Amino acid sequence: MKQGTFTILDNARLARDTFRMVLEGDCSAVTGSGQFVQVSVPGLYLRRPFSVSDRDGDRIVLVYKQVGKGTAAMAAMAPGGTLDLVTGLGRGFDVAAAGERSLLVGGSVGTAPLLLLARELQAAGKAFDVALGFGDAGLAFYVQEFKALGAQVKVATQDGSLGREGLVTDAIRALDGTYDYFYCCGSKVMMRVVSEALPFAGECSMEERMGCGTGICYGCSIPTTAGMRRVCADGPVFRKEEIVWERI
Amino acid sequence: MGKDLSVRVCGVKLRNPVIPASGTFGFGLEAADWFDLNVLGGISLKGTTLEARPGNPTPRIAECAGGMLNAVGLQNPGVEALVAERVPALRACYGGAIIANISGFSVEEYAQACAVADRCADIDLIELNVSCPNVRHGGMAFGTDPKSAAAVTEAVKNATRKPVLVKLSPNVTDIVAIAQACADAGADGLVLINTLLGMRIDIKTRRPVLANTTGGYSGPGVFPVAVRMVWQVARACSIPVVGCGGVASAEDVIEMMMAGATAVQVGSENLRDPLACPRIVAELPEVMDRLGIDSLKDIIGIV
Repeated sequence: MKQGTFTILDNARLARDTFRMVLEGDCSAVTGSGQFVQVSVPGLYLRRPFSVSDRDGDRIVLVYKQVGKGTAAMAAMAPGGTLDLVTGLGRGFDVAAAGERSLLVGGSVGTAPLLLLARELQAAGKAFDVALGFGDAGLAFYVQEFKALGAQVKVATQDGSLGREGLVTDAIRALDGTYDYFYCCGSKVMMRVVSEALPFAGECSMEERMGCGTGICYGCSIPTTAGMRRVCADGPVFRKEEIVWERI
Repeated sequence: MGKDLSVRVCGVKLRNPVIPASGTFGFGLEAADWFDLNVLGGISLKGTTLEARPGNPTPRIAECAGGMLNAVGLQNPGVEALVAERVPALRACYGGAIIANISGFSVEEYAQACAVADRCADIDLIELNVSCPNVRHGGMAFGTDPKSAAAVTEAVKNATRKPVLVKLSPNVTDIVAIAQACADAGADGLVLINTLLGMRIDIKTRRPVLANTTGGYSGPGVFPVAVRMVWQVARACSIPVVGCGGVASAEDVIEMMMAGATAVQVGSENLRDPLACPRIVAELPEVMDRLGIDSLKDIIGIV
């Protein structure tokens, strides 16, 4: 955990209502993919949690969807401005758990943290493919970025405007490969469906309304096989069998 | 500058008056990686009950102007785990005052849980939580009626030799009457205020934001309410009052002490700023210097 001031280097629209913010500052607390940062938005009381989507030295990338006051304020921020961030939060993806070939499954803006994960898997010499689900073509992002890493990428959209018509599970079916581990980030419903559909082990990055993001308020606890656990500090990434899905 | 920040609460000396409030600082150890906990005057641990509790469903948190609502619902591992694991682990790296915050659902349960806490030598003070607004048939139900508050206080005093602070709810008509009832029943001190009962509605889904429907409002917005209640109670009661509610700066600490607080708890600010407490402690000497204060003890209840 580290608190610091970050400079906005870029803040551009990536897809409809979806923005990509590049921030520069002390990233020494950021240890891996699946971790998140807490952004203090001026004028709003609680910080906003965002997964780290990409990282290059002291630069991190946040991909966020404009859904409320906080993200609307962020979308209006110009390069050169600064933001107060708490970084290095949460337990991220377990790259060491990857087997022969992993499946990365992203839903909507949940696709964001999978890019840094993909880079880590590649650096570790682990093979992977990617299945993504979006509402429509206008909401899709990162398809080319995953392809550039040499992965097979399949997309499903609910209206069929990009890739297959259907859900992310249809994108998974379209992939040509055998997998032994998965990494998933998306809505709770999507992650449950993916966890139940895939017959092999994997992990999901959970989301819950947070208070502190640092593990002290217990505002984001979810039911797990080891009792109620904090998404912010015990997660956000949990192995699929740890999560008591029927109570999520 | 040689400023004296130390205070004494119910016979327990604190190196400074700053105490992270219950529910906003976990069981203390969570923050040990971020800063040296020994800068804190005391630590009030997360509300604990006789038996372990899973807490409320999520969402448990909602934002609002001037602060936030929470309805965590006393998720905790139970008092046996508190005294066997959490407190010893904290004591291993923290020498200041450890305050066990105890809640319950019946007078007997409060007393039993406090009897367990009493056995733990590392607990310096017991904070009786009769003011949690987020559980049914417990917590706040005991803190909104003078007779119930007195009954719990008396039962707990008979169950422990440790000093007992009673944490009061602001959701009452007459805070002084409740405070006096607790003092008359043997309370060694009082903590006020717990959160104000609040509610938010998502106007798109037409549903309450919190799964629990209602929650406790805290943050800078409640600070003037807390100052007023601390002032009223400190004037009326002779036992020490610990101020709590919306404190976010060294100036707030001093204001709360001028209102009558012997020590001051910092709550929601820990959620926004994980380093809030060490920052406030570090700022105190400079703010004292600016205001011509040499010893914090000199300003307690000066207004």
